[in-house]
Amino acid sequence: MIYLDNNATTALHPEVLKEMLPFLTVQQGNPASNHKFGRNAHTAIEEAREKVATSVNAHPSQVIFTSSGTESNNTIINGIAKAYPDSHFGFSSIEHPCISEPIKSLANQGFKVSEIPVDSNGIFNVSNISTEIKQSLSFLSVMMANNETGVIQNIAGIADWARENKIQFHTDAVQALGKIKVDFEALDIDAMTISSHKIYGPQGIAALIVNKKIDLFPYMQGGGQERGLRSGTENIAAIIGFGKACERSSQNRVVFKERIGFLKSTLEKALVDLDAVIFCEKSHRLSNTTFFSFKNIDGSTLLTALDRKGFAIASGSACSSNSTEPSHVLLSMGVDLDLAQGALRVSLGVENTENEINDFMDTLKDEVNRLKQLTAVAA
Amino acid sequence: MKNKLYDMPIYMDYSATTPVDPRVAEKMIPYITEDFGNPASRSHPYGWTAEKAVEDARKEVALLVNADPREIIWTSGATESNNLAIKGASNFYSKKGKHIITLATEHKAVIDAVRECERIGYEATYMEPEPNGLLDIEKFKSTIRPDTVLVSVMLVNNEIGVIQDIITIGNICRENNIIFHVDAAQATGKVKIDLETLPVDLMSFSAHKTYGPKGVGALYVRRKPRIRIEPQMHGGGHERGMRSGTLATHQIVGMGEAFKIAREEMDEENNRIKNLQAKLLKGLTEIDETYVNGDLDKRVPHNLNISFNYVEGESLIMAIKGIAVSSGSACTSASLEPSYVLRALGRSDELAHSSIRFSIGRFTTESDVEFTIALLKEKIDKLRDLSPLWEMFQDGVDLEKVEWAEH
Repeated sequence: MIYLDNNATTALHPEVLKEMLPFLTVQQGNPASNHKFGRNAHTAIEEAREKVATSVNAHPSQVIFTSSGTESNNTIINGIAKAYPDSHFGFSSIEHPCISEPIKSLANQGFKVSEIPVDSNGIFNVSNISTEIKQSLSFLSVMMANNETGVIQNIAGIADWARENKIQFHTDAVQALGKIKVDFEALDIDAMTISSHKIYGPQGIAALIVNKKIDLFPYMQGGGQERGLRSGTENIAAIIGFGKACERSSQNRVVFKERIGFLKSTLEKALVDLDAVIFCEKSHRLSNTTFFSFKNIDGSTLLTALDRKGFAIASGSACSSNSTEPSHVLLSMGVDLDLAQGALRVSLGVENTENEINDFMDTLKDEVNRLKQLTAVAA
Repeated sequence: MKNKLYDMPIYMDYSATTPVDPRVAEKMIPYITEDFGNPASRSHPYGWTAEKAVEDARKEVALLVNADPREIIWTSGATESNNLAIKGASNFYSKKGKHIITLATEHKAVIDAVRECERIGYEATYMEPEPNGLLDIEKFKSTIRPDTVLVSVMLVNNEIGVIQDIITIGNICRENNIIFHVDAAQATGKVKIDLETLPVDLMSFSAHKTYGPKGVGALYVRRKPRIRIEPQMHGGGHERGMRSGTLATHQIVGMGEAFKIAREEMDEENNRIKNLQAKLLKGLTEIDETYVNGDLDKRVPHNLNISFNYVEGESLIMAIKGIAVSSGSACTSASLEPSYVLRALGRSDELAHSSIRFSIGRFTTESDVEFTIALLKEKIDKLRDLSPLWEMFQDGVDLEKVEWAEH
């Protein structure tokens, strides 16, 4: 089986595992305990926090560990809502549900909420924010790189605009970290979400990077861990793994830029030859992500066929691939319902090789041609 | 369990956290290496394998507490479970009323979640337990109001190990149409839990208190009669919409295995630990002026909480560095505030300050217990030799009546 679904989750890197193992097997204390077991656990966590901070050029005190990107995003949204009850929340139409859903649920509590569309190339433009929305907008969340299309937004530009207009700004950088440079300080933004299991670290751990300029109301109450912003005993082994994965992320960035970028363009050439539509083809995208669709070929049939031949790819995002709903990202870009319904995503990882991609392209050609013939016969 | 590798103290702090059982760690590792898929990926075997592992673990958690697997929701730990249960249920059923009852001796995660409900307009009653740590049923009944929507009472207390009568409390809640939540983070593997018969609507679990990994827990949500909660995290719609977020497969697998071992071994293990507790109790109460905090009968065998009179708490902790114990709850032991749990039992500040929680478990040996007894005897003797208060007490001075002069 060849794994081509790295935007859903990635395989743990052996070096990460090696660092984690002692924290799973050797006796570990509760980092809140005052004895030696507890103090050792505490020190290990702070070392990992520094690695995470360094990887995104933030200060360690700005890093709050959470259990997932979903929790980080819920924490910032709900935390802002509680600390600033007059907030008006804006988000791009291509955000992951863990941004759009908590914001939409705030609408039920009486908050003003605005969904801001992207253009047909999947790009968010501040000029699409109407004057009326702009007048009262106080918080904006735009993801750095989209999980489905791979489109990279001009976060620095959006952040500048937000700052000029005194709007709090958050970016979900879960898909961007480890693939492109992420610099919290240079972006000068209020908050950012990153996650471990998308960068060859373990599942179950993520972080919210928060600028202390904003007040944040804690989302969970309890023992007061993470400066009171996230209670609950720390997930030590996972935090250690996340730290190591972050440390390795700059190496990965080079691999993505050079080797993986080349593999993707080879793949996309083959797709174009087969008459596939590549979404956001002309936009600035992550070097590992290809989101495409074939006119007149049923996406799920092709997905199943490829799976049978040993290739793991995705239809839309993993979180919603148990539903048959077409991608909300594509629909908001104005893509045809039929074309959107058949969309498939290939997301490469640092381990993928040229041979694997060649095998995949051969199989894809065979299957697409077979299905085209079948469709032609049926018609 | 002495960790010779790093010359670590003997671990007597199992209520703060437990080591991961090696069998649990072994079971987890394949799910961070070859079987690393996202359980929500429905389009390939990586996802299916992960999903199956998650569902097998769910069955194991359900089996330990005799529940239906569909009643188990994964969370990141008991803190999240408690927050989700308390805020989620009180929000969903707020039409019934906005009064919440809990105990003053609950874990911070419950107390502070209830405080958060107060902040948004709920009223709360924090009941003081009896001096033995148990809730008085008659007093509880008289605290109930027509607008009481939720009651939250922990099964086993983290500091003093007492077991509350949740059957009686739960039945009273049922009669009054009140949602009943139980924090069982300290109970799994220590007391039998049968949710088929227990009148409990919501129950919180943690893995790392039962030899599983940190960073994973669960919430039991009753199906018959169906209990509803308002989700606190949105996005992705995992866990039937009640709790979104990618599931951490290896951690969930670890929790499943830990709960399986607990189910299979708890009877035998508890017998062994009971004997260790008896030995520890006998040894430590040979020291003069010791007070056991919390009821001794309605208590798990894993816990002993003892106040040593006429010893200064901080010096005591410094003196017994050869063992890892906790004074007050681990989560708050960074502060020097005397334990709020012991104060709720009516203990004086002095006795609360000089209290030590000994919590023992799967890897505690007889010689660990013997070492602990000998260490405490030696150090307390030494500290009391230096204490003017101890001298006065020995001379028969009633310290309560001494008028201290200002300098």
